[in-house]
Order: sequence, then structure tokens, then C-alpha cells
Amino acid sequence: MAEQITTVTVQGVNIRLHRAGKGPPVLFLHGAGGVPVWLPFFDAVADGHDLLVPEHPGFGGSDDPTWIRNIGDLAYFYLDFLEEMRIGSYHLIGNSLGGWAAAEMLVRDRARCLSLTLLAPAGIRIKDMPGGDLFIWNPEELQRNLYYDQALAERVLATKPTDEEMDVILKNRFTTTKFGWEPRWHNPDLEKWLHRIKLPSLVVWGEDDKVFPAAYAELWKERLPDARVLRLAKCGHLPHVEQADAVIARVRAFLKETAR
Amino acid sequence: MKLISFHLMPYRPLDLEAAAKHRSSWVVLPNVLYDPVKGAEEYERHIDFLVEAERLGFDGIAANEHHQTAYGMMPAPNLIASALIQRTKRVKIAVLGRALPIVNNPIFIAEEYAMLDNLSKGRLIAGFVRGIGAEYHSSGVNPYFSHERFHEAHDLIIKAWTTLGPTNFDGQHYNIRYVNLWPRPYQQPHPPIWIPSQGSSETVAWAADPKRKYPFLVTFSSEELVTRYLLSYREQAKSYGYEASGDQLGWAAPIYVADTDERAKAEAGRAIETLFNNYLRMTPEMLLPPGYTSFNSYKNFFKSRTSLATRDTFLSADQLIGSGTALIGSPKTVRAAIERMRDKTGFEILIGMFQFGILGDELARRSIERFAAEVMPHLRR
Repeated sequence: MAEQITTVTVQGVNIRLHRAGKGPPVLFLHGAGGVPVWLPFFDAVADGHDLLVPEHPGFGGSDDPTWIRNIGDLAYFYLDFLEEMRIGSYHLIGNSLGGWAAAEMLVRDRARCLSLTLLAPAGIRIKDMPGGDLFIWNPEELQRNLYYDQALAERVLATKPTDEEMDVILKNRFTTTKFGWEPRWHNPDLEKWLHRIKLPSLVVWGEDDKVFPAAYAELWKERLPDARVLRLAKCGHLPHVEQADAVIARVRAFLKETAR
Repeated sequence: MKLISFHLMPYRPLDLEAAAKHRSSWVVLPNVLYDPVKGAEEYERHIDFLVEAERLGFDGIAANEHHQTAYGMMPAPNLIASALIQRTKRVKIAVLGRALPIVNNPIFIAEEYAMLDNLSKGRLIAGFVRGIGAEYHSSGVNPYFSHERFHEAHDLIIKAWTTLGPTNFDGQHYNIRYVNLWPRPYQQPHPPIWIPSQGSSETVAWAADPKRKYPFLVTFSSEELVTRYLLSYREQAKSYGYEASGDQLGWAAPIYVADTDERAKAEAGRAIETLFNNYLRMTPEMLLPPGYTSFNSYKNFFKSRTSLATRDTFLSADQLIGSGTALIGSPKTVRAAIERMRDKTGFEILIGMFQFGILGDELARRSIERFAAEVMPHLRR
């Protein structure tokens, strides 16, 4: 399926928006890696939905406004984004950093949101159970630690990024640092407000996630009022990439169950 | 020329072979490799060595701050400065410097520096730095806000020193309702502020600003780069409409003097190699966490990968001497290198590191004494 790439302006910030499909809107918030490629997972979700995949402020082809300083700013920005894009009821999906932003949005305003899908989200943590440190890994370690299946890592490592792609990678790293360095990958005040997300939610985690331990899924389940958890064997930090078929089947079924 | 004897206080008993098995001598080097009994001995010897510089005629002695590394045992350099003050009468005490952004309340730095200035009756030189990238891993502070925090902490400290209190400070990172230092600094309006740097153009432009005119010290670079950075400060001053004085320009370099070039290299070659290959060794991810530098500097670094700390290849004593990064040789050779730099840049602050890497006490002592006897007089002309 062909994605449309446009630039939309929200609060004076130009955002590069990937969009595909027709139907009820689904907003997908990406992780620290940005949106380097259009995934089969996106095609599957766009089949029957209007899928919006914006590049966050400070990532990829989007502007990098200095006034967006923390994850709370990003959450409010996306609430503005939904208003300015005139999105009515919608489903929300977030991966890693984007999962964190999604939860921060919904504790602020869950009106019009039909369901929340979190793919190995950041945002809360279990004390003394730290994840890996992607800030200290070198680029090769980072790729290797993202996947259980090293063949996937090797495929990524075999392609040398172009100069433009390298610029985007470095830009994404800057913004990832802004949001995720301290407190490392979480907001100490988020966990106590997760009860406000009174929505059906689905938490997906790879058992072999080296970024955030799969045990974090259980804390999300405990804190979210209506959560179900899918833990996948032989799967790293990007379940929608590494175990795409299983995740696609489950997410499509979940979107259908929660449609209104 | 102002002459300063400077020390990193390396942990010399480090098991270099064991350390080499780890990613770096910083941040993640297991501290089981630190032996407190040997370490305590190191502190005593390093302090003795610095204190001796007063007798030898130096103008100042200097310490600096690094965290969680065998490279330097001074996470709290003001403690060392306090000890040095008690054991000296005349020399300036330079802390080069304290890393402002990695503390959560810079008022404490303003207070400590004011205390040191009082304790020494006005002998303090206050260095301000951002800390190197590794410090952001060790402290947890977000490198993305490093510049912002540095400038804000600087403004807070200057306000605390120069505005009679109680006053207040309203910032983005630091907000203090009552700023009211007891003690106030001994030197008025405040101790001299020096800015050690790796030479980034942003730092040069900021330090050279007529509002500040802070002396700018280039640390550990080749002769070519030191020249370029010092001249860039001069250019910057010109663009501000004034001529920088030599007292605004400093050069920090490892120095070793023996009777001949050959003997100097034989005695200090291995030690200088350990400084650059073992103690300073770190990864690009540690040296430059994202946001620590401007985006353009970051891009340039990852495209060119030029850095003394993160190179993959061994840096030999010959290369370090040849590039003028380390001044190792006879009194004549070392003097010539310093005078050459003075001719090119007009710099008037020399910060010599007379102990480096695993260099032993006896060799370091002989070298600094020879420097004082045979090089120093020529620099005092």
C-alpha cells in the first residue's frame, strides 16, 4: 500500500506525516529510531484504517522546536495535533518512546480515544531492574541489542547509511537524549496516574527485549484499568518488526474489538 | 609568563591489562580495580608533588575534576584545593575547573569557591567547565541541556558573588529564592575565572566576549591545534573590537625534561603512552553523548572521528612528541617549543602537567626540578 507523505503544521511546527488507508483513524507514535522505513505492520493496520504516522518534533523530517523540552510537551503537542487535524475518535499505538508519549497523552486527555496499544513502551520502570543502556552502546551493539534474531540486525548493519540518512540518525539521537536520558526512560509521576487511562489497552512485549525487560509488561497490566498482555518468545524490542505476523494478527483483532 | 604546575592525580597502580578488557577507563571500569590502601598513598604523593612547585618558583598549582575514572582521582577538586591551601603560602590555587552543569545546585560551587578564596586570602583561580561527555554518564545529568545549564549556572554563581544579598535567581534549571552567600569571595568583585576547553568555537566566542574576557586554556592538543585555537580566540577578540592579552591565553600540556631528548623519551615515553592509550581511553558514545556539543560539531565528529581519546589505534610517544602534544625532551627542546608557541600566539599562561600516566615520583620530581632550573628562567625574561 502506498503511503502519502505530507508536511502538516501544528502549533507552528512542521511535521512530516506518513499516512495510508481509509477508515477509523489510528495514530502511531514511533520510537527512538524514528520512521526510517514503511513497515509491513503499517500496511496491515492501514488496511481498514486511516493510519497516521507522524515524525515527532526533533525527528527525521520534522522541525525541532526548542520549546518542546520533555515528554509532557510532546504529549500536549500530539493532543494539539489531533485537534488541528480534526481527528474524531481514534485508536492510539505507540512503540517504546512513542508508547511513553501515548500514555502521557491519555493521562491528560483520553476523550475520543478508543484503544491503546503499547509495543514495549518506555515511561515507567521497576526499581532495580534497569534495562540496557542504548546511550552507551555503539551503533553495532545497538542494532544487535534491538533484535533477538541476529540475522535482522545483520541486515541493518550491512547497509551503510547515506549522508542524509546519517544526519537523520544523529538528529534522532539528539532528540532521544532530550526525552530519555534523565530520569532514564521514565517519568516518576506517570505510574500513579495510569488508572486514568480507562480504555481497553493491549501491551505487547518481546521476551528477549534487551532495552526494557519484559517483566515491565506486568507493571503496566497492574496499573492500567483494562489491560491485556501479549508476550512473545524469540522477540526483541521491536515486536511489530520482529514478530510482525503475530503482532499484526493480535493488533488487528484488538482494533476490531474496540471499534465503535 | 605565568607558570602553573597541574595534576590529574591518576591512579597509577591500575592493572593496565585488566583495565584494557573493559570498554573504557571511565564510567564502566569496575572499581574493584581501585585499592584504597594504594589509592590513599597516591593522594599523599600527588599532593606532596604539587606543593613542591611553590618552592620551585611556580606561580600556581592546579587540580581538576573528573568522575568515576582511573584517569584522575579528583571527583571533588575543591577538597584537594583546600589541602593545597593549607600547605602553601604564596602560589595561586587553580581549580581547572569545576563542572558546573552536572551539579543540581550551583550555589554550592559558588559557596565552596568563596570559601577557598577566603581560606587562601585571595589565591583562588576559579575554573568553570562543562565536564567531558563521560561525566554525563556518571552523573546522570542530561547532556542535551549541558550548554544551557552551564550558562545558567555561570550566571547564578556570578550573581551570587557580585550582588549583595539576599537576592534571588530565577532560571530554567535553577531557581533559588534566597541567594545570600556567606562567606562572600575574598577577591573583589570575584576570583579570576578561567575556561579550560577543547577549543569549540562556541566556547571561544563566549569566553572572549568583552563582558567576560575569561582566559581560555587549550588542553591536550597537538601544537597545530593549540595554535589554531589560541589564534581563534585572538580573532574573536578582534571581532569584538579589542586585542586579547597574553594573559587571556593558556596552554595545558604534559611536560617532561631530562638532560637530552633521548633520555627524556626513554624515561617518560611509556608513561605518556599510558596517559593517552590507557587512562584517557573511551568510546565516542562516552566522549560525546548527544547534545553535549552543537549538532554540527556532533555531525563532524561522527564523520571524521578525530579525537585523541577515542582513536582505535595506538598513539606512540614518538607521535605525541612529534605532534607537539607532549613536550618531552631536553631543556633546550622544551624551551624552544614553548617559545615557538609564544611567538605564534602570544600566550602567557603555561599549565604544565609534570606527572602523567604511570610516571613515577622520582622521575617526575627530577623533571620538574630541571624545568624550574633550566627552562623557567628563560620564560621569565
